[in-house]
Amino acid sequence: MAGIARLLLLVLMSTVPLFSSGSRTGFTINGRVKIPHGFGPKGFTLPGRMSNVKVILNGGQNVTFVRPDGYFSFHNIPSGTHLIEVAAMGYFFSPVRVDFSARNPGKVQAALTENRRGLSELVLEPLREEHYYEVREPFSIMSLLKSPMGLMLGFMLVVAVFMPKLVENMDAEEMRRVQEEMRGQGVPSLSGMSPGGARN
Amino acid sequence: MAIRSFFVPFLLFVLCFYSSLCPVLSLYEDQVGLMDWHQQYIGKVKQAVFSTQKTGRRRVIVSTEENVIASLDLRHGEIFWRHLLGSNDVIDGIDIGLGKYVITLSSGGSILRSWNLPDGQLVWESFLQGPKQSKSFLLVPTNLKTEKDNEIVVFSNGRLHAVSCIDGEVLWKKDFEAESFEVQQVIKPPGSDLIYVVGFAASSQFEMYQINARNGELLKHESATLSSGFLREVSLVSSETIVALDSTGSILLTISFQNGEISFQQTPISNLYEDSAGPAVIIPSSVPGIFAIKTNAITIFIRVIGEGKLEVVEKTNHETAVSDALPISEGEQAFALIQHAGGEMHLAVKLAHDWDSNLLKESIKMDQQRGLVHKVFINNYIRTDRSHGFRVLIVMEDHSLLLLQQGLIVWSREDGLASIIDVTTSELPLERDGVSVAKVEHNLFEWLEGHMLKLKGTLMLASPEDVAAIQSMRLKSSEKSKMTRDHNGFRKLLVVLTRAGKLFALHTGDGRIVWSHLLRSLHKSEACQSPIGLNLYQWQVPHHHAMDENPSVLVVSRCGPSSDAPGVLSFVDTYTGKELSSLSLAHAATQVIPLPYTDSTEQRLHLLIDSDKHAHLYPKTSEALNIFKREFSNIYWYSVEGHNGIIKGHALKCKCTGKVADEFCFDTRELWSVVFPSESEKIIATVTRKLNEVVHTQAKVIADQDVMYKYISKNVLFVATVAPKGSGEIGSVTPEESWLVAYLIDTVTGRILHRVTHHGAQGPVHAVFSENWVVYHYFNLRAHRYEMSVIEIYDQSRADNKDVWKLVLGKHNLTSPISLFSRPEVITKSQSYFFTHSVKAIAVTSTAKGITSKQLLIGTIGDQVLALDKRFLDPRRSVNPTQAEKEEGIIPLTDSLPIIPQSYVTHALRVEGLRGIVTVPAKLESTTLVFAHGVDLFFTQLAPSRTYDSLTEDFNYALLLITIVALVAAIFVTWRLSERKELQEKWR
Repeated sequence: MAGIARLLLLVLMSTVPLFSSGSRTGFTINGRVKIPHGFGPKGFTLPGRMSNVKVILNGGQNVTFVRPDGYFSFHNIPSGTHLIEVAAMGYFFSPVRVDFSARNPGKVQAALTENRRGLSELVLEPLREEHYYEVREPFSIMSLLKSPMGLMLGFMLVVAVFMPKLVENMDAEEMRRVQEEMRGQGVPSLSGMSPGGARN
Repeated sequence: MAIRSFFVPFLLFVLCFYSSLCPVLSLYEDQVGLMDWHQQYIGKVKQAVFSTQKTGRRRVIVSTEENVIASLDLRHGEIFWRHLLGSNDVIDGIDIGLGKYVITLSSGGSILRSWNLPDGQLVWESFLQGPKQSKSFLLVPTNLKTEKDNEIVVFSNGRLHAVSCIDGEVLWKKDFEAESFEVQQVIKPPGSDLIYVVGFAASSQFEMYQINARNGELLKHESATLSSGFLREVSLVSSETIVALDSTGSILLTISFQNGEISFQQTPISNLYEDSAGPAVIIPSSVPGIFAIKTNAITIFIRVIGEGKLEVVEKTNHETAVSDALPISEGEQAFALIQHAGGEMHLAVKLAHDWDSNLLKESIKMDQQRGLVHKVFINNYIRTDRSHGFRVLIVMEDHSLLLLQQGLIVWSREDGLASIIDVTTSELPLERDGVSVAKVEHNLFEWLEGHMLKLKGTLMLASPEDVAAIQSMRLKSSEKSKMTRDHNGFRKLLVVLTRAGKLFALHTGDGRIVWSHLLRSLHKSEACQSPIGLNLYQWQVPHHHAMDENPSVLVVSRCGPSSDAPGVLSFVDTYTGKELSSLSLAHAATQVIPLPYTDSTEQRLHLLIDSDKHAHLYPKTSEALNIFKREFSNIYWYSVEGHNGIIKGHALKCKCTGKVADEFCFDTRELWSVVFPSESEKIIATVTRKLNEVVHTQAKVIADQDVMYKYISKNVLFVATVAPKGSGEIGSVTPEESWLVAYLIDTVTGRILHRVTHHGAQGPVHAVFSENWVVYHYFNLRAHRYEMSVIEIYDQSRADNKDVWKLVLGKHNLTSPISLFSRPEVITKSQSYFFTHSVKAIAVTSTAKGITSKQLLIGTIGDQVLALDKRFLDPRRSVNPTQAEKEEGIIPLTDSLPIIPQSYVTHALRVEGLRGIVTVPAKLESTTLVFAHGVDLFFTQLAPSRTYDSLTEDFNYALLLITIVALVAAIFVTWRLSERKELQEKWR
């Protein structure tokens, strides 16, 4: 588990009532997505990986991007309860619920919606990394044996080893009868391999 | 003996077993591109800024109507980086600051962002507010340098800001609060420290503010009144002169404000151009000394000489486009002018002060299917002989982007594909004798060699070169991009209609454009001012008879934005891409209903409903009419009036009466209506089943050998309504005052089959309806999470057919006719689950026979498409399923739906700006074709229950052959051994 990238989404909420003139009042949400150096799943360690991180408010009402240091902000947001989602390829982020109280400005609550963990310090750890591809199993004898061809050969071997044992355990009377039958049919030949030739 | 008889079934068994083992759902990294393709687009370019520094790669920064900012390689037209801004965050202007930052102004001038030019990383973001709405302007003057910083001048929301280019800090600001002042231009004359803000107040007053660019101090404010008033558009002809039109559009006003003194000059257009009739329009441009007006489809270029004197330099009735001015040397500015004449396009680059001579004159043959030039952007470079060379970026009518240099098209981008309106599919031509296929088949040796390579790959013996060879062999497989129909139905044409009114046919194998056609009927004309493409329908799908006909599609469009504007129909052959015919209708086409009947040439009958509720039958042939009359009383449809919350059911009444006497026109009658109380419910989503969906069986066998019958009427409509308060954004309501009601309504009788209320829930609702179930996605305000619910509907009237004796004695009602008029005995089952992401679109996989289990395809907010097994949305899930239920495949209940990263069908790609997901069945039952479109396009094949009916791509024939050889050898050896043993036994 140590190898899992630890991303931190520090959502630092500042509730500065912004410029208000007429009916236009709003809060500013400031937050931070932090990816520690040296992490990142394979294939996503692109030079501008922070440039592909999008932060989405309320299912697409506002979309913003993160700065190189991971900070982002939403402006002119009305009071109420909001949902912030982070879209970053290769990582699974839980959406964050953010409450701005209209009655007592300055009171902000944030919580992860996936596990209902409150964020008093407003630190969000990523729930997991996302690997979009299956990993090819390295070559092993077992996988070859498990393949249908391997199973076929294995079955052959099992039959070759155990059938004589079974035959040994038969009583002499029966054995003779089977042998009689076999003689009647003749020795197995290749022509008998075809499904039509397989009489039993 | 046993071995032999067992061998063949055993072989079959293991083959089946093997193919089912193959995880087709999740992809290995080296399988990317085998069955899928991904194309990136940007949309129609609004503005382009060139970055041609001597060092570094040459690039052009563009902003588009799809709200994309992108950096393109000037050499090949590829995308270096790209960002799609939010839909409310419309880009107002872009520029380059300090040579290394891309500055964008968006959201009506309230968000200013700076992006790093090489990699597109956001550098800073500033939020600019102001006292009132206004036009917004972004200026990045080059001379306002203070040490290493540069000042950006932004006018937005009635306030002028100066912003630092380094960190986005606002240096100073100045309000323009005068009530009626409407800004028209913000001018920064080069080489001075002044900013002019000019505009109109109270429709007849011209206002000019002169501001010190260093500190925002107001130096001078002048105003002048003109009785005749102004039209809104102005053209800037020099840094201290603008040209406007008076309110009648017949007099040109040259307004000069040199040294803070305003002076007017009035010139009637008729003085310049005798035949002028009707009001003129100024074409916005910024070429010094020259402006253009358009009157009666004639474009007039006018030069300003000295003190407001005007002179006509050119009149043309060709379609023209002019670029902005480009400073090329001290005091000289060049601009590009493009004129269409016949099939050719003439490009001229002229100096601003010298109209009559050309720096450059070229004729370029342009594809007719690209239409007219809409925008021109010019850029220069210094040739080796120190003369000026020019490159021109043009945006065409079909939204494509082309770079012209030295009379050639250097590259082109089909960016019309970023705005797809509708998608349909068409089959490819059959393989005929004339079509040579032999070439693609390898000879046996090559085939074996390829499989030996693959075998090496599976056994991990392959060298890196071999791996590369395998990969390229798989990707290049010419099999998938052939232009003929294939046995499995994987190869098809995707016919897409774009917002520009162009039809494209894309090959499903590799995504290439097979043909494209700019619809003539969607061309602006006298009769049809602003045509809008609406929908695509399959008009003719020949299969049994009429095999020689080519399939065709029907494009429905209308003239103008209102729904009662007259409709236009065009018919396009999907093999050739030729427009067969087009019809300008006298009536509107508010609703198009493809009927389930075809005539003898396999043309599908369509019913068009106009705004007066008349129904019109197409095609207008007597044969179609005869077919239609036979089914006259069986045709029902519904209409949804979202604004007043009414859903109505309709049927046909009789032939049209009154003035529209037409054999193919029918009066309709209203059968029923469902009225939702406007104070408590507002319709936000309606979904019905896909018309062409195939259901394999009505019966569903459940755990204890019991049978349930699905209610699979095609006439069930899912409607979702929310409280009017809750129709806004998330967070705008409390859970107590918001609710969501889901209805299932029978569209023939108007009967409400099921109704369920979700308290504390809110839209937006995304839903999908298939077979007897509907799945919908909405927001749960109490938990503050998204939720998905499933409703399944079962027919109870057949439930007592379980008794075997009844079946034997023929006392069952299985063959009794189903009528929607009898009251259906239905039961519904439903369940809800949490879902993590916001959703942009939901679709469901569809297969040829409907046997394969279904998957939901969910387009998430991160622009990925997630495949979610329908089994996760089964109302019969419980926390502790019984043993029998487990065997049936019921998954224990969890409160949220799982998101497995490997089941993203888009794997590590994003379908930027995802808007829709389309699924098409392949001929092979296990497989479905998926096409997701937005700004990007993505296509893949899916097998929801894995490919149980064919061997997978990477099936190893060589290994199979080797095994068989080994088995045969083993048989020989054992045969020999047994013979010898027998012999020994005989000797004993």
